[in-house]
Amino acid sequence: MLIIDSAGYDAIVAHARRDHPDEACGVVAGPAGSDRPERFIPMLNAAMSPTFYEFDSGDLLRLYKEMDDRDEEPVVIYHSHTATEAYPSRTDINLAQEPGAHYVLVSTRDGADSPSYDGPVEFRSYRIIDGAVTEEDVKIVPDYSNLGDN
Amino acid sequence: MAIELRVPTILRTYTKGEKAVSGAGGTLAELFDDLEARNPGLKERIVEGEPEELRRFVNVYVNDEDVRFTGGLKTGVKDGDVVVVLPAVAGG
Repeated sequence: MLIIDSAGYDAIVAHARRDHPDEACGVVAGPAGSDRPERFIPMLNAAMSPTFYEFDSGDLLRLYKEMDDRDEEPVVIYHSHTATEAYPSRTDINLAQEPGAHYVLVSTRDGADSPSYDGPVEFRSYRIIDGAVTEEDVKIVPDYSNLGDN
Repeated sequence: MAIELRVPTILRTYTKGEKAVSGAGGTLAELFDDLEARNPGLKERIVEGEPEELRRFVNVYVNDEDVRFTGGLKTGVKDGDVVVVLPAVAGG
């Protein structure tokens, strides 16, 4: 199960809506081993595409060095689908290379890019390991203060 | 002195869990060959094809420089250099 605070959830959805029709992407980092997504880091989609996303290679190196310095890991790796459902595409599955991460997919296909849209936004989370996709529940919490060390 | 290679999480199964391994060579290609001898399977996850090239969705940096801009596998390396391997974060 992915447990994420509402600030992180809202930030991911807002980024997806803002970058529509291109795919938005980013990371929510957290302390290594905590499984707690704490630090929202929106990334530039270097592909600038409605059907593909890729972190810029220089940005990627800076991101990983920074997480390393802070003893963090990418707890959530998110991106949006702008014309299809929030389910990993074949490309997503083939290229998923962080077995410890929650892969979050958001879909803006229902018009969520419009400022006036107030309907639900699809937000789903998966583990993707060796080509196998497992969907998991998403629990949104106000903050992490009542969860103890985990 | 040697050349240090930082190993991403997903490839640590080939390095007995080690986050970094040391090797030798005058070019990246030679370094990967040297490392392969002690870490079987590692190289195949970084390079592919004949002639060998870096995999499209694996990024390699020598002293913070993306080697796609410095000659790929022919990029020169020397003792004290730090080589970082990072899988691309990408999808569709």
